[in-house]
Amino acid sequence: MSSVSAPSSSSAPTSLRNAVIRFAGNSQDGIQSIGGFLARLAGRTAQEVMTYMTIPSTISGGPSIFQVHLGSGEVLHEGDEADVLVAFYKHSYQNHIGSLRKGGICFYDTADMTAEDLNHDRGIIHIGVPFTSATVEAVGGSTRDRGKNMFVLGMVCAVFNLDKEKLVGIVSRQFGRKDESVLRNALLAFDAGFAYQVGDVEKFSFVPGEAPGSHRISADGNQMMTLGLIAAGVRYGSAYPITPWSSIMETLRVELPKYGGIYVQAEDELAAVAMTIGAAFAGHLAITGSAGPGLSLKMEALGYASMAEIPLIVVNVQRGGPSTGLPTSVEQSDLMQAIYGSHGDSPRIVLAPKDVEDCFYIALEAGKLAKKYSCPVIILSDQALSSRIEAFEEPDLDKHWVEPELDLATRPADFKPYPLDAITRHAPPGAKMAGGKYPIATGLEHDEMGHPSGSPKMHTLMTAKRRNKLVQLSKELPLPEIHGDTTGDALVVGWGSTFGPIKESVTRMRSEGHKVGAIHLRHLHPMPAGLGDLFKQYKHVVCVEMNDSGLYGYGQLATLLRASLADPRIQSVCKTDGLAFRIREIVTGVEKIMTQA
Amino acid sequence: MSTAIDTPAAPATEKLTKKALTADHPTWCPGCGDFAVLNIFYRVLEKLQYPHENIVCVAGIGCSSRFPYFMNTHGIHFIHGRALPLATGISLSRPDVHVFVFGGDGDGFSIGGNHLNHAARKNIKLTYVIMDNFVYGLTKKQTSPTSPIGFKSKTDPTGSIDRPINPMRQLLASGATFIARTHAAQVKHMEAMFERAILHDGFSVVECLSECVMFYSGAFDDSTPRKGGTYELIDETQHDVTDETAAFKMAENLAPGKFGVYYQVNRPTKNALEQKWIDETQSKLGGVSQKEILKKRFEAMR
Ligand SMILES: Cc1ncc(C[n+]2csc(CCOP(=O)(O)OP(=O)(O)O)c2C)c(N)n1
Ligand code: SF4
Repeated sequence: MSSVSAPSSSSAPTSLRNAVIRFAGNSQDGIQSIGGFLARLAGRTAQEVMTYMTIPSTISGGPSIFQVHLGSGEVLHEGDEADVLVAFYKHSYQNHIGSLRKGGICFYDTADMTAEDLNHDRGIIHIGVPFTSATVEAVGGSTRDRGKNMFVLGMVCAVFNLDKEKLVGIVSRQFGRKDESVLRNALLAFDAGFAYQVGDVEKFSFVPGEAPGSHRISADGNQMMTLGLIAAGVRYGSAYPITPWSSIMETLRVELPKYGGIYVQAEDELAAVAMTIGAAFAGHLAITGSAGPGLSLKMEALGYASMAEIPLIVVNVQRGGPSTGLPTSVEQSDLMQAIYGSHGDSPRIVLAPKDVEDCFYIALEAGKLAKKYSCPVIILSDQALSSRIEAFEEPDLDKHWVEPELDLATRPADFKPYPLDAITRHAPPGAKMAGGKYPIATGLEHDEMGHPSGSPKMHTLMTAKRRNKLVQLSKELPLPEIHGDTTGDALVVGWGSTFGPIKESVTRMRSEGHKVGAIHLRHLHPMPAGLGDLFKQYKHVVCVEMNDSGLYGYGQLATLLRASLADPRIQSVCKTDGLAFRIREIVTGVEKIMTQA
Repeated sequence: MSTAIDTPAAPATEKLTKKALTADHPTWCPGCGDFAVLNIFYRVLEKLQYPHENIVCVAGIGCSSRFPYFMNTHGIHFIHGRALPLATGISLSRPDVHVFVFGGDGDGFSIGGNHLNHAARKNIKLTYVIMDNFVYGLTKKQTSPTSPIGFKSKTDPTGSIDRPINPMRQLLASGATFIARTHAAQVKHMEAMFERAILHDGFSVVECLSECVMFYSGAFDDSTPRKGGTYELIDETQHDVTDETAAFKMAENLAPGKFGVYYQVNRPTKNALEQKWIDETQSKLGGVSQKEILKKRFEAMR
């Protein structure tokens, strides 16, 4: 909406391509739900959307925001600055007025603020609205102000000329599951907000988005990851609750029985990964998951899975670390742990989804790779992806559905559990052995039959066997697509949820005359072969990551790339404030590196 | 190795013999109590005649945990202390197989202690044999959670000072539904205990005193009649195995204590309860294909 000038009082709504609306209140005010309704509406009306929220890590509530970036074109980031701020309290106003752009609009609740509290510095347009009292009035004399989020939603619907009918449909479906009075009250509050005369303020309307080719859905990353795992054929697994991973295990627990599967809540992460390896050894595609501290606890068993060559999916929803760290903030500091976190040489595959939609496809890919290479596959999602809502095309299940299979065929007489000239394919319990010799999966170094072996030669050969699976995969991986210039001043390299902000930043830098490109790595271990040649097309290579620049000045991905390619042009833009990258942070960081000799 | 192509004909189902069940020669020290446990396990399996391919042996780490290598069955040798959760994953996802877990006192009561509580309370369908030698064997004589006070080990050279756990009390408190105690030198009794444990529908656990001749020889002389000890059996005409309080009482003094079934009750297994939930959930879905279920889920997100 930054293209829109200060509101005029003309009656025709100003048309706009995108807008960032920030709701700031307390966690119990239900701002997450109204943000979610707006996101769903965007999904249905061919608009793009990206949401962003903060929740306090305490249960009893506390300040919380939900930001929605709605647009008619591609929406790649959550928005550096808000165009509209809805402040439920004085403290919300004070904390968030700074994130409202110059000349933006602020709606505030007159129940908690007076004109004296307002800051008129940056040409901000303030509109006081009695959210609380108007809601109480509408819902009928109740002292509860619980419906004021719905009042605000109605008001926003009117200001932005949103599709009221569709929005009410979404709301009704949500509340319809509860008892009738809940829906009635919600709609009463909504209507009151919709009808409220905000006064002399400009009305907006979005340029219609392109008609979608097929159905569009809106979801958050954890939902898409879960559904991707189910589509990949996962039916078993186990985990222990931890933010921001828990919603995946909660959903699997409820969904898997529909598919004949079981998801177990274990006593801790050590047990969770062990149970999952048990299900995988038993012949199923299985998944465990956690967030940072839990991933650490799984490390010994993950080393075992590399050694015993057990196929396994492990989801790690990264949060701010180390230790309990910032449990409800975003960070990308588990990359090294994901790749190298176990003792010994224990190769495994590490992938990272680039956005919410990709959480689905990365889960599918993880399933395929785990089976093909018979090793653990770690998916690095993060807190931002886990909870933010985006709208995208519904996956075509006819194309992607993987039927789970349990291969109990009799194994031939010459079956070897650990052949040196082929990738391990375990014979699960229940499979007869034509030769009469039954296999054992083992964490001791072993020969081809799985017998423990301390032979120096065998350890060398088997270490190479396990490593070469990844070498093979590296050669099969396609080079990432380049966004922007294929040669020039700088190549920006990212991984995980920074995909959107990096793409947007490169677009902006190019519009300012820079010759820059961007690639995004979904495969982090192994990486595709040939990156070195690609880097040579640019003067600078800049890795943008949400982790610390460490002792030597490089983030975790940059360190890996420098180590493998020995390319001194690789530099880092890192940050550790627990927040997603803003466009200007990336642009400034990359520009600074480009000005170096 | 691809198994899809050229699948060989399944061998004719043959009688399960000790010969068919025997794999590598055990690497235990001569005289180690674990040999007897292995031999009796062969014998019980010969008697029960489960399909060979449906038997799985699971273990963590320790001398006793080497067990799966000596069994020619499907097997998995895992990491220290985590055999039970691993076995839980197998048991819950494969109702067609018989899951047997073996390990030592350190593996089961120390590093894996918490898993024992949870596998037991969940009543996972499997049989667990703890070969208790009152010492850490594989790592060469450190104090174990069952070492008696005064036992001199490399970590307690002047004698162990920490109160040992009482395996029977610990197991009773865990919620296990079959709990027995036996002795590797009492093969007939051991055989009877193993058989009853395996036939129990639920989490069955047998503590089997099994001497480590290398690092704690003589540990069980007081319960070995030919060495002057007494082997006192539980008289089940006097002890009601479903009486938890009586079992706790009997567990109070464990030196040398009684041998036999302390406790056995029938409680639904987690395996059965999960299956019940699956059946109920699926019956509500009216037989639509799995792919349709997921498609519907996506439709609701439009
Ligand atoms: C995580 C981990 N810690 C420590 C060890 C070393 N370790 C191997 S076996 C063992 C204890 C063995 O004692 P017990 O479980 O009683 O079995 P036993 O050898 O006596 O049969 C220890 C401490 C290990 N393998 N893994
Ligand atoms: S060290 Fe002890 S427990 Fe281990 S094999 Fe030897 S006698 Fe048996």
